[in-house]
Amino acid sequence: MTSGVAIVGVAQTCYEAAKDHLAYNELVYEVVAKLLRETGVKMADIHSQITASQDMFDGKTISSMSVNEVVGGYLKSEAKVAADGLQAALYGAARILSGSFEYTLITAHAKESESRRPAVTVSMFDPFTQRPLGLHDAISSGLQAERYLHVSGVTEENMAELSRRRHLDAKKNPLAQRAGDFTTKQILESPQMAGPLREMMVSPSSDGACAVLLASAERASAFGKRAVWITGTGNCTDAYWTERDLAEARALELAAAKAYKAAGIRNPAKELDVAEISARCAFEEPMYADALQLFDGDPRAWIRQSAKGEGIAVNPSGGAITGNPTSVAGLTRLAEAYLQVSGQAGEHQVAGARTALAHAADGICGQGHTVVVLRGNSGN
Amino acid sequence: MPQKVAIIGTGQTKHAAKRTDVNIRELVNEAVTRALIDAEVQLDEIDAIMIGNMEPFEGFMFPEHWAVEGWGGYLKPSVKFNTGGTVGTTTIAASYYYIAAGIYDTVLAIGFEKQSDGHTQTAITTVGDPVWERTMMAGAVGNFALMASTFIAEGGVTDEHAAKVAVKARHNGARNVNAHLQMPDLKVEDVMKSELLSWPVRKLDMCPQSDGAVAVVLTADHLAKKRCARPAWIRAVTTAHEQQYMGDSPKRLAVMRSQTAASRRLYKMVGITNPRKELDVAEIYEVASWAELAMYQNLGFCEPGEAGKLIDEGVTLMGGELPVNPSGGVLCTNPIGATAMIRVAEAALQVMGKAGEHQVPNVKTALATGYGGNAWTDAMILSASF
Repeated sequence: MTSGVAIVGVAQTCYEAAKDHLAYNELVYEVVAKLLRETGVKMADIHSQITASQDMFDGKTISSMSVNEVVGGYLKSEAKVAADGLQAALYGAARILSGSFEYTLITAHAKESESRRPAVTVSMFDPFTQRPLGLHDAISSGLQAERYLHVSGVTEENMAELSRRRHLDAKKNPLAQRAGDFTTKQILESPQMAGPLREMMVSPSSDGACAVLLASAERASAFGKRAVWITGTGNCTDAYWTERDLAEARALELAAAKAYKAAGIRNPAKELDVAEISARCAFEEPMYADALQLFDGDPRAWIRQSAKGEGIAVNPSGGAITGNPTSVAGLTRLAEAYLQVSGQAGEHQVAGARTALAHAADGICGQGHTVVVLRGNSGN
Repeated sequence: MPQKVAIIGTGQTKHAAKRTDVNIRELVNEAVTRALIDAEVQLDEIDAIMIGNMEPFEGFMFPEHWAVEGWGGYLKPSVKFNTGGTVGTTTIAASYYYIAAGIYDTVLAIGFEKQSDGHTQTAITTVGDPVWERTMMAGAVGNFALMASTFIAEGGVTDEHAAKVAVKARHNGARNVNAHLQMPDLKVEDVMKSELLSWPVRKLDMCPQSDGAVAVVLTADHLAKKRCARPAWIRAVTTAHEQQYMGDSPKRLAVMRSQTAASRRLYKMVGITNPRKELDVAEIYEVASWAELAMYQNLGFCEPGEAGKLIDEGVTLMGGELPVNPSGGVLCTNPIGATAMIRVAEAALQVMGKAGEHQVPNVKTALATGYGGNAWTDAMILSASF
């Protein structure tokens, strides 16, 4: 279904706690300029742009207006999704498949440093019964973590093991924000965020931007191995967080099933070489990996295996837990999956990666999920 | 080959200043239920849902997630758009591209805003650049006053012309059951005597703030022909943006480049050379009476400088050569996240022959536009045949 669209280039900023020296448009200019330079595509040939940003984080109504100029939107067809950038990529692919556009430029940006996360995320909650409790997304994640740990048997030590591994992997990713050779003790003793979640088990506040260039089959042919095909996509919305079992990710199961079917994948754990999963918190990774059918059985066994670097490569970039902003995290997963299957991931390259998955989560406790499956033009 | 796309049903809430009888979930549900009944489509036949809303106006991040029960999104694909005033047309455009691409066959598009839950003018002030513009922004009115005064300086329009547009809208709205403002007895002098908000814009020159929702069912050609006797086909869709900063575009209302570019591109796509003759009706996003006058020339309904003449001669009135906004338009109803989609829904109603008391006879081709940001345009052509 989606075989006619390829990614022909990606660009990311490095992710940092506070990019005080850059305004939103400068942040996005950095990735757009880099993408055009590296792909050799001219802005004059790009007539379609989809951006992703969140007004409440930007403190700006119609936050895409900050970046409209730098994505080349003047007199062109820019649209903005108020969701993760991976949703923008899905829409961008649809625009190309409709036959109306040959390229679509996808960007996502956020500067979480410009606001206080609890003050912004409280506005996601039911205004009548939940906001008065002072909820924000760290608390809902803490509640979800408690529920998942209770149901799955996963422990705080397991979360620390996984977090340790991802921060260690991030050392090989020059764009990663919080990387290092931490001990599980350091992670377990980092300040408590909410419930069982410690600071080192949750994504830090992050600033950054990401850009992806999509092209039609006809245009992609000129890019050789740098063209990577979107072979399957899926998206699904779940119930509001207080109206479902938070230990399950039913919407992700459905989104993945759709993407796998389109990509012809029957056994994801075997057929995928890399999975870049949007997990802001350590417990989300086994929960989402389970829903994505990346393992069968006890999540504790999978965590131990993955923490040793065995089995399918999950988040070789370090993942969102090491710091990727809201709206950007899922598009970053797509960019990283692209780098892997096109053999451009540098020090964190997974040898021979040919098929990869990128995932994004939106809303409170993962209410919306998006999955994209990519296949490279040939093995690396 | 891309799939052809048609609208087979629409639904709107009763729009009002404050819908205190419903919350966001219930408001959206009202429009969705009506659209599904109108289209004779069950929720399980909907492949995906596209939502447009401007969450800063409610002060609610992801309000659609909270309201998911109201719009049937549970375990379905959905995506949310946010592009300011254009968001309703942006959402229809996305639905169009997804269906044309063959990714989905049937899409439910929704636009909603419950402005009474928040403070819209505060949120509109944050549209401006925080360093250069925010300190001199005063919500929507100041912005449109600047636009209108530039337009007056160009010559050719007077405050009486603007008042006539305001009267036309309110008289049309009085025949539309869903319209927020219904003023069948409004006179030109009432508008010209209404409170001066920011020269030259008076209170009755401006759109209201409304609570409301709209839903539209779109489907691919192979289903549309089976499901609907007279679908409204989406012939062409386009978008053009301009002006990130207020000072970027001189004469920005008189010559709104995005609107000129988008409409010319659109007319070319469907082979329209004389829009005034070839269009049967237009539902345009006229934020203020003055803006509608400027849009007449930007959209090619008349030559520059002749907009006043168009309203004087009654060309755009009901019964005129090219009725503009038979629904009463934005001047009667403005739930921002829904407003541009209401233009599409109303254009579809006209093409489908379902507009009731505000029906224009024999509509074959209709134009719908969205306006947003500081000067952004979405535009589409709907027609009775493809």
